[in-house]
Amino acid sequence: MAENDHNHEHARVLKPDHPVGIVGYGAYVPRYRLPASEVARIWTDGTGGLPIEEKSVPGLDEDVVTMSIEAARNALARAQIDPRQLRAVWVGSESHPYAVKPTSTIVAEAIGAVPSTQAADWEFACKAGTEAMVAAMGFVGSNMARYALAIGMDTAQGRPGDALEYTAGAGGAAFIIGPEAESLAEIESTYSFVTDTPDFWRRQYAKYPEHGQRFTGEPAYFKHITSAGEAMFEATNTGPEDYAYAVFHQPNTKFPQRAGAMLGFTPEQIATGLLVPRIGNTYSGAAIIGLTAILDIAKPGERIMLVSFGSGAGSDAMVLRVTARIAGKPELATKTEEYISRRTEIDYAEYVRMRGKLTMK
Amino acid sequence: MTNVVIADIGQMPVNEHWDISLRELGLGAMQAAMQDAGGLRPNALYVGNMLSGALSRQAHLGAMLADFAGLTGVEAAAIEAAGASAAMALRVGYLAVASGQVDTVLVLGVEKLSDQVPAQVEGALAMSSDADYEAEQGLTLTAQAAMLAQRYLHEFKVPEHGLGGFPLTAHANGVHNPNAMFRKAVKAEAYAKASMVSAPLNMFDIAPNADGAAALLLTRADLLPPKFPHPLVEIVGSSAVTDTLALHDRPDPLVFSAARLSVERACAQAGILPKDADLFELFDAFSIYSALSLEAAGFSTRGQGWIWAQDGAIQLDGELPIATLGGLKARGFPGGATGAYQAVEATLQLRGQAGDAQVQAAKTALVQSLGGPAATAVTHVLRVI
Repeated sequence: MAENDHNHEHARVLKPDHPVGIVGYGAYVPRYRLPASEVARIWTDGTGGLPIEEKSVPGLDEDVVTMSIEAARNALARAQIDPRQLRAVWVGSESHPYAVKPTSTIVAEAIGAVPSTQAADWEFACKAGTEAMVAAMGFVGSNMARYALAIGMDTAQGRPGDALEYTAGAGGAAFIIGPEAESLAEIESTYSFVTDTPDFWRRQYAKYPEHGQRFTGEPAYFKHITSAGEAMFEATNTGPEDYAYAVFHQPNTKFPQRAGAMLGFTPEQIATGLLVPRIGNTYSGAAIIGLTAILDIAKPGERIMLVSFGSGAGSDAMVLRVTARIAGKPELATKTEEYISRRTEIDYAEYVRMRGKLTMK
Repeated sequence: MTNVVIADIGQMPVNEHWDISLRELGLGAMQAAMQDAGGLRPNALYVGNMLSGALSRQAHLGAMLADFAGLTGVEAAAIEAAGASAAMALRVGYLAVASGQVDTVLVLGVEKLSDQVPAQVEGALAMSSDADYEAEQGLTLTAQAAMLAQRYLHEFKVPEHGLGGFPLTAHANGVHNPNAMFRKAVKAEAYAKASMVSAPLNMFDIAPNADGAAALLLTRADLLPPKFPHPLVEIVGSSAVTDTLALHDRPDPLVFSAARLSVERACAQAGILPKDADLFELFDAFSIYSALSLEAAGFSTRGQGWIWAQDGAIQLDGELPIATLGGLKARGFPGGATGAYQAVEATLQLRGQAGDAQVQAAKTALVQSLGGPAATAVTHVLRVI
């Protein structure tokens, strides 16, 4: 079958001419939490398994713009650069507040990066954030720009009563990509594995996404994550034992655990980046906010593998190496674990109000 | 009348075949069923299918599949009788050869469900019930079977998990079938803990929807090649019977009358009693259907069918093996294609080719497919010569 041919194709790894890395990073998670048991209480009479413990819910005055600004400010605090030096502000999301009018211009204005900058919104289901990071690597790696800001952020949608409603969370992360010499973690190389696989989608004007149920598993999530990961192992001549941490897109608790095991990683290697049980699936933010949790505790010399997944479908794999410049950086802004611990539990009724699910006309 | 023999069989693995289309599934089974018959070519193709129009936007399967299989020119048509579609196609093929009008018939059961999301598949399957009085009210086949089961458990004071032996047996047998969707035995504790789908039916009481295709080549014995490589299996009984389409129009919804009549007629034709069969491939789309089918076939009195599932009597070495290669529950339920799988599996048993699932000294098999809750029942008796 044609699909299997992809696996034998020589992995075309992207590696910039000029080494690049992460100069600053920042996470953001809203404070509200909806326990999965609340969704089960309303829709299944409390029966059935729960895919996570609880998910994060944005407050009434929060959206992808405000949350991106929070994460970007955290990234700037750690990078300690003048925002006017950012040559690109890119925001990847499935929940841009406007269909037409960029999120990125509002973010760029708010953090003081305008007017001499690129600005655009990215969309590739849950991997729009890593796609923006790859583009930023190109900008910096070609020496066209010194710094570029890539953000993945979502206030994820799930139809009331749908399996997605248990997990669709809110949050994400921002990364300032810059020269390796200034980086707290070098991004050594990246590889993307992409096919036309319709596992999950939201059509124009549709409020909620639809999904192909079990089709979202084997032929979509697992195939793309493991193909990208294995190609990366091969291209970099590494194996799971060469990494201190691994982090994957995390739509629920089981999927990344199984993908990690399929690639040969131990539960310990993926534990730090596995945030979905406590904040839900933050879609474009899911893999990369896991990366921020890792960077918060990582030590110089440690290697990290990140593999995102976006439905439709594709995976971006990245190999990172933490540098000595990590020292002191996590403390310059709110750590990811602090955002996760800052929680206010809400019930389903408050959730319905906050997410505007009750329409009166 | 001419004796009708099974010249060849073929099947595709039952599964969610995301990457195999309706026509490719059908082709795979047809090609497999034309390998061992010494170049014997069919003069007619009868396709059992239920939902290609609703789920694949493809009607006219006779011409389409004959064309795709390189059989352009043969007589070909699709036959629809809900879950019994392929069994009805087998009967039509049997009648065609038996009548002397057609030398060789290829019978194909094919169903492609996984091109649509499950909710649409469930809705499409409900088309087999009464559109005006049942489906219109939101009744799915699963919900209907659950109501039947509820009534059955109440009426006959069946203990909790009393129907569980049916799926457990099917799963134990499916382990040995390389074409089964589920090849894993299930423990009684897992059954008892399984999540409820439509009370009292849990996940294991309901056969999984899947894609599949299976085919049988029928002919007269004198047309077979001189060195035919398999024991010869003959169709010695065939009967199709209908009942009221809507369940509420029956005097007793817990009696599958059409299933009873079709067993009686097929067995009478074969000159046997049901108990003479060495195995019974029944239609276990829902565990309650197994109990009701055993009662309809006369193996139990009314309300006692569930007792068969209590002590191993339906296992491969039991008194009456059922679902010998996994049944609908473990092999999977490929809609209207199911009847072709049942006949192919019975043929494997009678040829002695069922591997670790072999029923010892199997000479005669009873094979029954149902459309809905036995609004259609098609029964065949197969015997090895």
